[in-house]
Amino acid sequence: MNLLAIFGEALRALRQNRLRTGLTMLGMIIGVAAVVLMLSIGQGARTKINETIAAMGSNLFIVVPGATSSGGFSFGSGSVRTLTINDAYTIAELPSIKTTAPVVTGTAQLSYAAKNWSTIVTGTTANYFDVSNWKMEAGTTFTESDVRSAARVVVLGSVTAKNLLGDEDPIGKTIRITNRPFLVVGVLMAKGQSLTGRDQDDTVVIPITTSERQITGNQFPGSIRYMLVQGTSATEMDIAEIEIIQLLRQRHRIAKGKENDFTVRNLTAVADVATDAAKVMSIVLGAIASVSLLVGGIGIMNIMLVSVTERTREIGIRMAIGANQRAILTQFLLEAMMICIMGGLIGLLLGIGGAWLVSQFADMLIVITLGMVALAFLFASAVGIFFGFYPARKAASLKPVDALRYE
Amino acid sequence: MFSPEINHSNNPLIQVINLNKSYSLQDANGKTITTQVLFNINLTINQGEFVAIMGHSGSGKSTLMNILGCLDIPTNGSYWLAGKNVATLSSNALAKIRNQHIGFVFQGFNLLKRMTALDNVATPLLYAGISRAQSRKRALELLRRTGLENFAMHQPNQLSGGQQQRVAISRALINQPPLILADEPTGNLDSQTSNEIMLLFQQLNREQGITIVLVTHEDDIAAYAGRLIRLKDGRIIVDKNNTN
Repeated sequence: MNLLAIFGEALRALRQNRLRTGLTMLGMIIGVAAVVLMLSIGQGARTKINETIAAMGSNLFIVVPGATSSGGFSFGSGSVRTLTINDAYTIAELPSIKTTAPVVTGTAQLSYAAKNWSTIVTGTTANYFDVSNWKMEAGTTFTESDVRSAARVVVLGSVTAKNLLGDEDPIGKTIRITNRPFLVVGVLMAKGQSLTGRDQDDTVVIPITTSERQITGNQFPGSIRYMLVQGTSATEMDIAEIEIIQLLRQRHRIAKGKENDFTVRNLTAVADVATDAAKVMSIVLGAIASVSLLVGGIGIMNIMLVSVTERTREIGIRMAIGANQRAILTQFLLEAMMICIMGGLIGLLLGIGGAWLVSQFADMLIVITLGMVALAFLFASAVGIFFGFYPARKAASLKPVDALRYE
Repeated sequence: MFSPEINHSNNPLIQVINLNKSYSLQDANGKTITTQVLFNINLTINQGEFVAIMGHSGSGKSTLMNILGCLDIPTNGSYWLAGKNVATLSSNALAKIRNQHIGFVFQGFNLLKRMTALDNVATPLLYAGISRAQSRKRALELLRRTGLENFAMHQPNQLSGGQQQRVAISRALINQPPLILADEPTGNLDSQTSNEIMLLFQQLNREQGITIVLVTHEDDIAAYAGRLIRLKDGRIIVDKNNTN
C-alpha cells in the first residue's frame, strides 16, 4: 500500500460527494475564520493598550494635591493647592525615586501669523519629557537652565504644531502665547490618546517658571497642579509609595490620624488593570471562537460516521480485493483531515479578510501574527485527526464478510 | 510464490481439515444462541481444478466460500492454502493473501461505484503498492483480453450486467492469482451472458491453469466445472468428477 495512492482514493471520495464535502467543510471554515478573527481583534486591543502604556512612561506615580474638607464639606482632589515645586524637588532626593516633574497647567490662546489656536499649556521641568517617555519628533527639549531663567521657549505637541503652523517647519519660529513671543525649540512625537481618551498631542510644553510668572499666573506661588514621580525600579514601587507619603506628611505637618492632603496614584497599577482586562477579553473571544471550531469538528465526525455506514459495502469490496485495516483507516482519516485542512485554509483567508474589513470599517487595530495563523491551522488539523479517528477506526474494524454482505 | 502457468499436478492448493464454523448470536433475553453452519468439512482442491460447489440456500456453501476466500475465519479446524495454515493468520496477513493470491467474483459484481472500469480493475494493485500509472497499464491490458477496452472509461452503471461481470473478472485477475473464487457469478445474468461468462472461466482454467471454485445452484452452470461438490446442512454429501 502506498500513501500517495490512498491519498488519491480519499480525494476521489471527497470529490464524488462535493455537496457533502462542502457543507462539512463549512463548519471548519467558520470555526477557523472565527478563531483567527477573534484572536486578531484581541491581540489588536492588547497591542493598542500596551502602546498607550509604554507611551505613559514606566514606574510612574502621579501625585495630586487635594481632597481636603472644611466644615463637613469634602472637596475633590486638586481642590486645594497643597503641593509645591519644592515638594517635588525634595521627593526627587528620596533613594527609591529616580526623578520628579512638577506640572502646572492652564489654557491659553496661541497665535502664529494669521492663525490662532487655544490649547492646554503644560508648565514643567526639563526632565518631564524623560519621565513621561515622550520622544522628540524634531528639535530639542528645553533645558534646566531655561527653567531657571524662565526662558520663553516652547515645545509643541504634534497636533498643536500642525494646527498652528501647518506644514511649516516649526523649529526656530516664534509663536505667541497670550501675546508673548516664544521660541519653538522642539516638536513632540505623536502619542495618541491617553487611556481616558484625551488627545495628548494637543498641548504645548513650556518651563514651569515661565508658565507661573507669565502665562497662567498663580494665586499661590510655588504650588503645582500635579507632579509625575518616577521610581527607580518596578520592584520597589511599594516602598517608593510609602516614602513619598511619609515625606509629604512630614513636610505638610499633618498630625497623626489626620487624612493626607494629597493623593499618590500608582500608574503602573492602572496600566496592569488595563492589560489584564485586555488579556481577559482575548481569552474570552478566543474561547467563544474555539467553541465554533469544536462544533465544526463534531460535524465532521457526524458526517464521517454516516459516510462509513453508507459506504460499508465499498469498504467490504476494498477489503476483499486486498485493503488491510491500515489502508482503510488511513483513507478515512485522510478524508477527515483533508476536509479540515482545506476548510482551515479557506477559514484562515476568510478570517484575515474579515479582520481587514473590521480594521477598515470599525477603525480598530487588528494584529495578525504568524503564530496565530499556525495555531489556527494546527488546531484545525488536530480537530481533523481527533474527530476523524473514531469513524476511521470504525470503518477499519469492520469484518470483511459483514461489510460485503451489508445492504 | 504461485505461478499462473498450467499445472495440473496434484499439489493441493486448498486443503481443509475438520473445519467447523458456528455463529453466536444473542437473543432478546441476552442469551447466547450458537448456530453451527459447517460440520467437519474435509476438502482438498488441487492446482488447476475447476470446482463447482452446489447446495440449497442455507446449506453453508457461501460460508465455506467466505472461509476459502479468507474473508472469514473458521471456528475450528485448519485451512491450508498453498501450504500455509490460514486459520492462524492475522487480519493484515489475510488482507495480503486476498490481494495477492485470490481473485473474487461476486453475484452482484461488487464494483466500486462512480469509478471507471479501468480504475476498478486497477484498485487491487494500489493495495499491492504498485504505482497508478503501472496499475492502469496492466488494467487496460486485462480489459483488452476480456474485450472491454472500449469501455475502460465507463462507470459501472453505464455497463451491462455481463460487461460489469467481465470488469469484475478482470479485477480478480489483475494480481495474477492462482485461485479465483466465484460466488454465483451468473446469478444476475441472462442465460446467454451466463454462458459467455462461464466460457471465460473455462478458458482461464484451461489456458492459464487458474484454479476456479464456483458456487452456484444451477445445474447447467455447474456443468462447466470438472468437479462437483454438493453441500447439505453444512456437510459435504457429494464430491465427484463431472462427467460431460
